[in-house]
Amino acid sequence: MGFFKNLCNKAFPKSLWVYHTNTGACNGCDIEVIDVLTPYYDVERFGIKLVGSPRHADVLLVCGPVTRQIVPALKRLYEAVPAPKLVIAIGSCASGGGIWFDSYNIVGGADTILPVDYYIPGCPPRPEAILHGVAVALGLAEKKVAREHIKQLIDRNESISVEDDTGAEEVVPGDEVPAELPTSK
Amino acid sequence: MLSKLKEAILCFAAGIVTLRYPFAPHDPEGEEGEFRGYPEVDVNRCIGCGGCAAVCPARAIMIEDIDQTTRRITRLRERCIYCGRCAEVCPQDAITMTKQFELASDKVREDLEHVCEVFMATCKRCGRCYEPASPLDKIMEPGYRHDEIKRGGQEPLYEPVEASSE
Repeated sequence: MGFFKNLCNKAFPKSLWVYHTNTGACNGCDIEVIDVLTPYYDVERFGIKLVGSPRHADVLLVCGPVTRQIVPALKRLYEAVPAPKLVIAIGSCASGGGIWFDSYNIVGGADTILPVDYYIPGCPPRPEAILHGVAVALGLAEKKVAREHIKQLIDRNESISVEDDTGAEEVVPGDEVPAELPTSK
Repeated sequence: MLSKLKEAILCFAAGIVTLRYPFAPHDPEGEEGEFRGYPEVDVNRCIGCGGCAAVCPARAIMIEDIDQTTRRITRLRERCIYCGRCAEVCPQDAITMTKQFELASDKVREDLEHVCEVFMATCKRCGRCYEPASPLDKIMEPGYRHDEIKRGGQEPLYEPVEASSE
């Protein structure tokens, strides 16, 4: 069984069959998904094909915020997809709820119901953005975003301790002041 | 039959139309296009006024004062709808809409979060953060420059500039 499992895992990314589901989207993301299948963006060169039944699919594309009414159907849909499977959330709504994240009839993004593997934010995401998401999922490209935590002020305690420990050159006062603000002159 | 042949020849005449995108860089809509991507924030220009948070339709920008001199602005950009309102209302033009569209990620909450901490002045009466009237006032506030903190705020902040010996 181990041999078949390894074979399955190896063959899985070669040809991903996609089932596209709309959980309450405005059709913006759906139209972009259709755009990706046209010859100009041609996602079929990666072996990706739209299928009509979740039982034929490897990948579940989720567009839109998850409404309360669609939750049981979405769970049944996820269970209907056969085992090695991916879930890709397309659009800001499916990624985190979008502008509907606290509406009374919305439970949130797709990740509140399903274990989502890849997210493609955008409102709607460009076809190129969906292509990049597919490339990240297939391992053809690196993801290009990372968490940013920026402080306007440098860490006071850290800079003082550095000066005390080494006794090295004094920190120039103009350095940590933003450039467009008037400095000590 | 001939019409089919003509169709086939027309198809060949078009050549290859498919983008080479994931393997070659691609600039959507060029420089003149109106495509709006990832909003980029220049933290050093931000004054912490909170105008972007007030107009954000997705309420993706949150403001909290973590102490009396620091205001933390958290942008949850997985919810951002790239409408560009924050860039429009920013009085300092600190936010610009870039052409960046490659935002796919497997951990969107962590990867698309943007946190910036902005220095604010403290109100002498209520102790809350506020934005000083001018950048000069902001520099004169205790705590803006760590060297001034080290001196305990006793000495004058700016020594007179001495003429250089050269």
